[in-house]
Amino acid sequence: MTAAAAPAASPAMTGEQPGVRLARSRRNAELSLLLLALVIVAAYGATVEATVLDTVTPDFWVPTAVLAGVFLALHVVIRYLAPYADPALLPAVALLNGIGVGFLRRLDLARAAPADRESLAIFAGNGGRQFAWTLASVMLAAGLLALMRDHRSVSRYAYTLGLAGIVLVMIPAVLPAKYSEIYGAKLWIIVPGVGQIQPGEFAKLALLAFFAYYLVRKREVLSLASHRFLGIDFPRGRDLGPVLAVWALSVLVLVFEKDLGTSLLYFGMFVVTLYIATERVSWLLIGLILFFGGAYLAYVLGGVVGGPFANFHLRAQIWLDPFADPYQDGYQLVQGLLALGSGGLFGAGPGGGEPLEIPEVQNDFIFAGIGEEIGLFGLSALLVVYLLIVERGLRAALAVRDSFGKLLAGGLAFTLGLQVFVIVGGISKLIPLTGQTTPFLSAGGSSLMANWLLIAVLLRVSDAARRPVTGGGGPAARPGGGPPEQLHGAPTEVIRP
Amino acid sequence: MNAPLRRVGVVAMVLFGLLFANLNWIQAYKADEYRNSDYNGRVQVAEYERKRGNIEAGGTALATSKETGGKLRFLRTYPGGEKYAHVLGYKPVNLGDTGIERVENDFLAGTSDALIANRIKDMFTGDETGGGNVLLTLSKRAQDAAFNGLSNNQVGAKKGAAIAFDPRTGAVQALVSMPSFDPNPLASHDTDEATAAYNKLESAEGGPLKNRALSEVLPPGSTFKIVVAAAALENGIGKNTQIPAGPSYTPPTSGTPIRNAVPSICPESEVSLISAVTESCNTGFAKLGVELGADTVKEKARQFGFEQDDLTVGQLGEGGLPVAASRTGAMQGPDGSTDPAALAQSSIGQRDVKMTPLQGALIAGAVANGGSQMRPYLVRQLLAPDRTTSYYTAKPRELRQPVSGQVASDLRDMMVSVVENGTGRNAKFNGYTVGGKTGTAQSGPQTPDHGWFIGFALDSKGTPVSAVCVVLEEAGSGGSAEAARIAGKIMQAAAADSGGR
Repeated sequence: MTAAAAPAASPAMTGEQPGVRLARSRRNAELSLLLLALVIVAAYGATVEATVLDTVTPDFWVPTAVLAGVFLALHVVIRYLAPYADPALLPAVALLNGIGVGFLRRLDLARAAPADRESLAIFAGNGGRQFAWTLASVMLAAGLLALMRDHRSVSRYAYTLGLAGIVLVMIPAVLPAKYSEIYGAKLWIIVPGVGQIQPGEFAKLALLAFFAYYLVRKREVLSLASHRFLGIDFPRGRDLGPVLAVWALSVLVLVFEKDLGTSLLYFGMFVVTLYIATERVSWLLIGLILFFGGAYLAYVLGGVVGGPFANFHLRAQIWLDPFADPYQDGYQLVQGLLALGSGGLFGAGPGGGEPLEIPEVQNDFIFAGIGEEIGLFGLSALLVVYLLIVERGLRAALAVRDSFGKLLAGGLAFTLGLQVFVIVGGISKLIPLTGQTTPFLSAGGSSLMANWLLIAVLLRVSDAARRPVTGGGGPAARPGGGPPEQLHGAPTEVIRP
Repeated sequence: MNAPLRRVGVVAMVLFGLLFANLNWIQAYKADEYRNSDYNGRVQVAEYERKRGNIEAGGTALATSKETGGKLRFLRTYPGGEKYAHVLGYKPVNLGDTGIERVENDFLAGTSDALIANRIKDMFTGDETGGGNVLLTLSKRAQDAAFNGLSNNQVGAKKGAAIAFDPRTGAVQALVSMPSFDPNPLASHDTDEATAAYNKLESAEGGPLKNRALSEVLPPGSTFKIVVAAAALENGIGKNTQIPAGPSYTPPTSGTPIRNAVPSICPESEVSLISAVTESCNTGFAKLGVELGADTVKEKARQFGFEQDDLTVGQLGEGGLPVAASRTGAMQGPDGSTDPAALAQSSIGQRDVKMTPLQGALIAGAVANGGSQMRPYLVRQLLAPDRTTSYYTAKPRELRQPVSGQVASDLRDMMVSVVENGTGRNAKFNGYTVGGKTGTAQSGPQTPDHGWFIGFALDSKGTPVSAVCVVLEEAGSGGSAEAARIAGKIMQAAAADSGGR
């Protein structure tokens, strides 16, 4: 996939007016890459069955075929609604999602009694639920593509989205633990007997749209008014307000929702978009100092006074030495590390491992569970696929002509990468473990759906970025009546909704 | 805005590079450590995929594996419960294994080199043959007698041990440590339950997990007189030679006089060696030890097996259950010269002399077997999973020759005299000639004495059939007589079993 993606690289990297010479839609490349991804998913499913059941059932191909139908339908939608969208995004996500569904089904097979395994229905268990969520998410992504014909139209709802994002973040914090807390993290809205959603996953998108809009409006002030200290330009005190507000929001998330990962994610997301908007390294420094200062303070406070900080303190302790309490506090991390280690370089083969040794492997630790079976080589391939999505998203941001689009795509792509870093780093003891989902792999509809929406936005922005300036587009593609194309790539552009 | 976007792209690559480097660290560098970690359940899941072989004695399975249908396919069970616990040990899911389960683990699990042909055959046939079977030397009847005798001892001792073996071969007939424990909960697949059971046993009074027969060292008391008597016989004293005795003896440098257990024992100034043994005359042996010298006594003890710290009981080769070293102590004053008081007390098995029950049985066994001490062993045979091929059959071997045949013969007469006429009468049983030596050892200023008995049984042709040692810790008055009674029962059962075999 990397090889296939490479040729498209050169035009966008070279100039301030990328995309001009890109007249090819590359939709057929997308189709062939997608078919390749589906073949890998089908082979994975067959290998799992061969290992777990000792036989490949005659209908092993059915889940893959249904997924193929959905992904191909999305491909067709893209052909019509976003013909110039990046061709690598859909196949890469389809591969991850397909492997995720396959692995969750593999867990269901392992959990089922040996006699029932061969007759396990496709829509049964976690795998089946994830399967259904995939169908719904892809349809929703297609719907978003249809609804949002120009990404700039989002900026009209920026304040609404910002408010919605904050409300979504705050709901779990104010709900009683019974309706919001799972495994110590208050991140959920639980409707007893029906299910639960993780509003933060959607809030991520809404907040980012708001940040992008806000920063495009304020970037001059934020980047120009400054005083110089130690050779670095620092912003004026009054301009620090929004940064401090987001920092406070992150800390609130950390304290009341007991979730370092989401907190880190929001703050990282904001600081990076701020940096992209202002081109001021000082913002990164301020952000890093604030975040690590806050995290360290929370750690110390957790050790001294406990209370709301105790959870974070404990997580940090586990991170420092998971084997200190291998059967209680450190159990999950220890088992995750042992799974990764047991997999070694080549892994036990799909279906050949013991993923159920890790408690709740279908959630945060799915990367460790998969890692035992596909080994370092397989995990490296998955990381490359993630990195591909992130870099293609950033590529779209580079190439798109309006500042809002740049911030939106850049922020979303980096956020996705940061989320992968936070969770994979957490389960492999690189950083303290936090409750994040692994995008497209972990069981959970909220995360899957939100990330598919994120991909839809990236597809939309990349379509705008790669669309030929002349001869393409047409009135249908510019319903918002955006600024004339002549202003493309201009760094001083301002959105006036 | 493109320059920062490109930099953000580089940052993303750096973050993923960190992930990649860290995964290399875990999945390549640390992989072996994690793969074989004690906390890694995969090791066990794989181990429990194959049916573990039986441990058997006398045709009965003492440890066997049952199919569960669960994730761990086989559950290890011990039908004998407490009775065989210290021999078999246990094979838990999450704890360390012990006993024969530990030392023969590779063969039982089917992973030993000996069974490689079976594994290769499995690869072609697709079958999953189980592990090999370990056949023990234990006599079920002797083990019953030892377990019941100790459990129902009439002096109320809570701790003790009994071990019996065939003096001609070294095959262990019975091995019991009291208090015992039920190994079944420890092998539970519910690891919390197993851990709880283990913690409870570990903190239980009397230390039920300890194998006292092999690893408890206690002052041997008068049983040590056999060693001193052997030294005397080799130094020109005959079994009927008169040796100095008396109601009390104060060693040259010590103010504490050594007395006899009751005033009626050897009050005369001289007794024969044989009657000193028969009556267990403390003053006679204290004087004898001082006359022989510390080096002679220590050397004789060493020749009987004292000071050996690497003896194991399992197969007659490498491995097996470890045996603690028995010690004579220094018997020296602070300046390094012999301390006559220490020597006198050591000669009657006190002071720093410490012996394991197995060592006691080894002394009796060497005497019964004409001076040849056979190496004790527990594993009689290793049988293939299909029970047709034998991978190991014990070939008895001599451990050492502590005394000559003549000295052994004299010692035998003296020990038979103990049971016929002296302190060991309780050990007698019909149809066999029984010899032995009782011992009552002071355990401490406040605690009751330990009761010992070491002995042997000879059939009507004079062939030894069993050598035994029974110890009742802190048994108090009558402990050694009760030990003798239990020893008699064990030897009777062992003799009946070997007669019927």
